[in-house]
Amino acid sequence: MNFDDNPQEAAYRATVRAWIEANAPDMSVLAPEERRPWQDKHKAIATVWQATKADAGYACISWPKERGGAGGTAIQEAIFNQEEARAGVQFTYFMTGQHMLLPALMEHSSDEASLARVAPAVRGDEIWCQLFSEPSSGSDSAATRTMAVRDGDHWVLNGQKVWNSGAQASDYGMVIARTDADVPKHKGLSAFWLDMKTPGLEVRPIKMMSGDSELNEVFLEDVRIPANQMIGNPGDGWKVVISTLMNERAALGSGTGLTWRDIMEVARNSPAFDGTTLEDPAFREWLADYYVGSEAIRLLSFRTLTALSHGKAPGPEGSAGKLLWATQTQELTNQAMDIQDHFGLIDDPEIAMLNGGFQHRFLWAPALRLGGGTDEIMKNIIAERVLGLPGDVRVDKAVPFREIPTGR
Amino acid sequence: MNFDYTDDQKALKEEARRFLTAASPLTVARAVLENPGDGYDTALWGRIVEQGWCGATIPESYGGLGLGYVELCALAEELGRAVAPVPFASSIYFFAEALMLVGSEQQKSELLPLVASGELIGTLAVAEGAGVLTEARISAKVSGGRVFGTKLPVADGMAAGRAVVLAQGDDGGDTGLGLYLVDLIGEGVSREAVSNIDPTRGAARISFDGAPAELLGEASKGLETLHRIQERGAILLAFEQLGGADRCLEMARDYALERYAFGRPIGSYQAIKHKLADVFVKNEVARANAYYGAWALSTDAPELPVAAAAARVAGSAAYWMAAKEMIQTYGGIGVTWEADCHFFYRRARHLGLVIGAPRDWKRRLADSLEARVNAEKQP
Repeated sequence: MNFDDNPQEAAYRATVRAWIEANAPDMSVLAPEERRPWQDKHKAIATVWQATKADAGYACISWPKERGGAGGTAIQEAIFNQEEARAGVQFTYFMTGQHMLLPALMEHSSDEASLARVAPAVRGDEIWCQLFSEPSSGSDSAATRTMAVRDGDHWVLNGQKVWNSGAQASDYGMVIARTDADVPKHKGLSAFWLDMKTPGLEVRPIKMMSGDSELNEVFLEDVRIPANQMIGNPGDGWKVVISTLMNERAALGSGTGLTWRDIMEVARNSPAFDGTTLEDPAFREWLADYYVGSEAIRLLSFRTLTALSHGKAPGPEGSAGKLLWATQTQELTNQAMDIQDHFGLIDDPEIAMLNGGFQHRFLWAPALRLGGGTDEIMKNIIAERVLGLPGDVRVDKAVPFREIPTGR
Repeated sequence: MNFDYTDDQKALKEEARRFLTAASPLTVARAVLENPGDGYDTALWGRIVEQGWCGATIPESYGGLGLGYVELCALAEELGRAVAPVPFASSIYFFAEALMLVGSEQQKSELLPLVASGELIGTLAVAEGAGVLTEARISAKVSGGRVFGTKLPVADGMAAGRAVVLAQGDDGGDTGLGLYLVDLIGEGVSREAVSNIDPTRGAARISFDGAPAELLGEASKGLETLHRIQERGAILLAFEQLGGADRCLEMARDYALERYAFGRPIGSYQAIKHKLADVFVKNEVARANAYYGAWALSTDAPELPVAAAAARVAGSAAYWMAAKEMIQTYGGIGVTWEADCHFFYRRARHLGLVIGAPRDWKRRLADSLEARVNAEKQP
């Protein structure tokens, strides 16, 4: 057990820390209401930063150079990400592509024209989104109803996708569609990538309870995709889905956002019965419990790093991290408002503590427990793949897709 | 960076598991439960002593093996897993640590070899009845080199030959709490076994009426020193808690695969699957914090107080949850005397209280976090 960097790692960390300090964008030019994802100025800063990193060899560090990466190690990439987060200049715009979709594309496609899309995405010149979930296919992610039918050297897609993060601003998407409805559901799926400007594709933003609109519905009506843009072979779609979902959970579980330090600041400024909330024993007990959980999230990321450094893939433990992170975040936001008493109601960024960051996060928290695999799906994964308990009874597994009963 | 034991440490741990599987099946704990005596199994203790484990971290110059703390953590994890009915924690994590941390050269060379060879069992005698341990609650006194007062409960108090006693000192103008070494076999000591929640780890009431007491460490700094000793021991206890919690989860999982209801293994129902997944997550939280503690302990890192408190809070919570939910998974058979579940349920409670309840450690953790943030704010 060693939570220190070895000498090479420490030297690398010092180098990137100095480089980030010298080159990081100045976030203070943004007004409080502009410091949130998908605000124009915020996105412009993130785009310039991504290109700056790519030019210096700090974008997708562990990827091969011919794909726009730096040919470095997974450890170096993880160290850079930690330092970037520490400096407060980590952005989400490119994560769907870089953490989930493009690794799956590189793993499952051998088509050079397809692989040529990777490098521009590394630079942040092109943004990718995921087109997997459907109105009738949430946790049951193999229940995809969007159909793809072969027509000459194209596939023609019809259907509807939902919860597509960033689709409104994306250049490319990865889409799952059914190419065979006469075989059981997992076997009839295929994966494609497509230009989001393809005729017949329409993106409609979904306004979330937070007021943000970064998730979308995507409608596909006779959308024609060149056949070489199928990722792998017909019927390989489920393998591609699994690759991206495992990547997603490992990335989500690493934990970002507001921390115990932030709620300590709120507690310091919130009067309690006698003195401040920070002096209230009940709050201090809560804080200790919260810290223990958040430390575990931080430390479990070192387990992922250890696996990577030994050339192993991160295991299903990523599901534990994701579960923990989502539930802890919701508890944190609720507690941060609780300790302000009446004033916790205020979410006006001009008046609220931390510009209303906790209130905004509170309205996002339910989505964290659903997106990227719900709490319940995470628990199923842990129970089945880690503990070896039996899978749920499935009435649809051996049945041709078109014979599966459908409800609402 | 390495979030794991090294290969050598893994080999040591596997060897310890093999040894304890053979030497400390739950029938050994059951024999102590049914006939507590001094609250431990003397034959098992003898075999553990033969393994040399008592001297694991004691330097070779004092008759120990001079191994690192992570090695001792690995042994602790296996002892916890086995619910071994021995006074190892009291003697090694606390008594020997106290000597190594603040003992004089003479105290160390006199006592450490005896602890390492198993000839002497030591313990801490600090609590005096109900409530969090504070300076005001300690009425034991040292006067003219002799100690007076009563300690309750003293873990492994019947097994031990020596104790580190927390008492008010008034020698040479030194008031305030101090730690004192007291021979429990000698004059001025009377003791009796007290029934406790985990009879496989005995407890005693010890009364001192003029027993010779020798200062250990600095006078007037007893509570502060005790906290430093407890922090080190808390990390080792966290590994015992982790080992126990892991075994509870495995037992619950195995039972859920074997037990059928409504024509299916009960482990195929989400009510059980999700419960055990929650236990798994809690155990991972305990593991992460315990590993960090092991690193802090083995490198004497400045993070030690925070890491120790976090490991204790997480370990106590995990073992409690794993033990109670194992019983819930077992159903009716789990609450009987005959089933093995209660060894873990009892031991979880014992470990969670024996050096202060989680509430006290949460307070300490919050204090340390506040101090850290304040220090960062200094220009």
